[in-house]
Amino acid sequence: MASPDIGQVSGSGSGHDPTHSAETASQWQLMRWRFLQHKAAVVSLVVLVVLYLVAIVVEFVAPYATDTYNIKYITAPPMRVRFFDADGRFHLRPFVYDYTTSRDAKSLRIVQVVDTDAMHPIRFFVRGDDYRFWGLWRWDRHLFGIDDPEAQILLWGGDDQGRDLFSRTVYGARLSLSIGFVGVIVSLVLGILLGGISGYFGGTLDMVIQRAIELLQAIPRIPLWLTLSAALPRDWGTVEVYFGITIILSVLGWTGLARTVRGKFLALREEDFTQAAKYLGASEMRIIIRHMVPSFSSHLIAVLTLRVPEMILAETSLSFLGLGLREPVISWGVLLTGVQNIRAVALAPWLFLPGLAIVVTVLAFNFVGDGLRDAADPYAQ
Amino acid sequence: MGAYVIRRLLLFIPMMAAISVITFILIQLPPGDYLTSEIMAMAERGEEVDEAAIEALKLRYGLDRPMVEQYFRWITNIILRGDFGRSFHWEQPVSSLIWERLMWTVVISLGSLLFTWVVAFPIGIYSATNQYSIADYLFTFFGFLGKATPNFLLALVLMWMGYVYFDLNMGGLFSAEYQRAPWSLAKVGDLIGHLWVPLVVLGTAGTADLIRVLRANLLDELSKPYVTAARAKGLTELKLIAKYPVRIAINPFVSSIGGVLPELISGAAIVSVVLSLPTTGPLMLGALLTQDMFLAGSFLMLLTILSLIGTLLSDILLAVLDPRIRQTV
Repeated sequence: MASPDIGQVSGSGSGHDPTHSAETASQWQLMRWRFLQHKAAVVSLVVLVVLYLVAIVVEFVAPYATDTYNIKYITAPPMRVRFFDADGRFHLRPFVYDYTTSRDAKSLRIVQVVDTDAMHPIRFFVRGDDYRFWGLWRWDRHLFGIDDPEAQILLWGGDDQGRDLFSRTVYGARLSLSIGFVGVIVSLVLGILLGGISGYFGGTLDMVIQRAIELLQAIPRIPLWLTLSAALPRDWGTVEVYFGITIILSVLGWTGLARTVRGKFLALREEDFTQAAKYLGASEMRIIIRHMVPSFSSHLIAVLTLRVPEMILAETSLSFLGLGLREPVISWGVLLTGVQNIRAVALAPWLFLPGLAIVVTVLAFNFVGDGLRDAADPYAQ
Repeated sequence: MGAYVIRRLLLFIPMMAAISVITFILIQLPPGDYLTSEIMAMAERGEEVDEAAIEALKLRYGLDRPMVEQYFRWITNIILRGDFGRSFHWEQPVSSLIWERLMWTVVISLGSLLFTWVVAFPIGIYSATNQYSIADYLFTFFGFLGKATPNFLLALVLMWMGYVYFDLNMGGLFSAEYQRAPWSLAKVGDLIGHLWVPLVVLGTAGTADLIRVLRANLLDELSKPYVTAARAKGLTELKLIAKYPVRIAINPFVSSIGGVLPELISGAAIVSVVLSLPTTGPLMLGALLTQDMFLAGSFLMLLTILSLIGTLLSDILLAVLDPRIRQTV
């Protein structure tokens, strides 16, 4: 992205001494410094990078496939990663104890008891379930796991069908994290286009677009989302539903962005550099793309970052209510449908753990967005 | 002032018309129409498909007419007769199903708004006057946490804690014994005992936003020269803050009726499903899942009108409080 020339000379690599180079630093350099001062935002950015890396390589990070089940592990509690065995001896390589199962005489539920004889050391790059990485290469290595194919390591416990909740949450990351991104990109295109038209041309067109935005914003979002997703054909496949939901989320997402873009356009239209470009005979499209968009892109990035978590929460809510993504597709919202039954959760509170993934992700996005917003305008005090 | 109110009211009419068109389109969106669903329902029950009855329905709703005419028939029925169409799932007119539920939605949304204000007001002022104190950081952190937790998850966690630690069912608005009882003081008490859960759940996200806005606005005001001047003249800190900066910074509270209310109405839909409250949410979700589009569409339209009224009221109130705003629209 081209940094707009605002009379500053680019920094000459003397970033170690901010007091000295502040006058000569470029806008993006100033923004980076300002962002780095926001500690929570920096930590959150690291968290997000890790989460998205995991989402890219879910097959490798998850120790098991999503449909691998074992009735022995139905609602099994999370296994503790241990360094000390039952006799108090220290082991350098961490390990887990497997469970033995019995049936509770009264409730007839399967109950797991820690079996201190079945010690399974945790190993890295173990062979396990076969998978096709990105649907392309076959592989069977996993980031971590245990050697014994009869037993499983359940970091976050088992679900109501004896599947590994951690693996499923990791797999859910791919859809939950990407839907926010794709949705924001669609809203961005719509927002820049309509907001830009509205702000650049003004007049009747502006009036119509602004009224349309007000109208869309007046409709309560969740009921509208629900209505729209209910209208998706029932026989659609996974991919179609995924994009359908993304577009539905973007239908409302663009309005706020269009407002922001319009406000910036109204201000920038009067600036000298826009006027200069106009008199030099630049086309309107060129003025918008080459001169106006770059000068508010930093602000836009901050706004976008704050939109992603809203989309993630929206997908989660829709899927939770049964009108978004559905099994066998796995997203965090789909996983949380498992906690609808309070009685089941009372016995297996670890079913809430996919919710933790959501909270951490959204929290991180909000902090990063907050830091970016502060940094977006490095000349303001 | 009068002119401003009239202008706003006049803007309201085309908005309502546009909302009704959007709703009608949404009702028509799912494949098949009301009649095909009705015929399917009849066939499912093993009934003989009554050609005469279908013809009568077709005539009544003008289903053989062009779309535009159907729309006008639908909207005239609503405006003149209060007839929102029929819910084929409940086999009742839609109008007999919605009003009580809408009332509860209003109660819960307004209650959450009140909760938001009561909590955000003191915290916002405290955070601004004690910037960067430990409490300020703590409030900010909890604010972020509240924003990051999906409403329904918070509701579920509260329900779970109530169930596990207090052996309580936190869902619903009344305990079983009061469900059908006539109104009494004890019933009101029981209602309040249940009502706080949805209010807290719905209020958290809005509270976090409002605290941040109030804090930012107040910080802007506190750095202005008139505050320093007032302080130099020896005004007590409480009087100084309460009398001028707070009055200016309080605008977002009023405008929040317009901004937060649609959020609350929207959030109430999903929280009500989790907590099984008798609001519009669960019924609307059910209607959508069974493609009972007249019922779902009516809910969507009424909820939208509700938030439009909220916005209208907040705009008027804001104009009363702040003369500068009257000139802009």
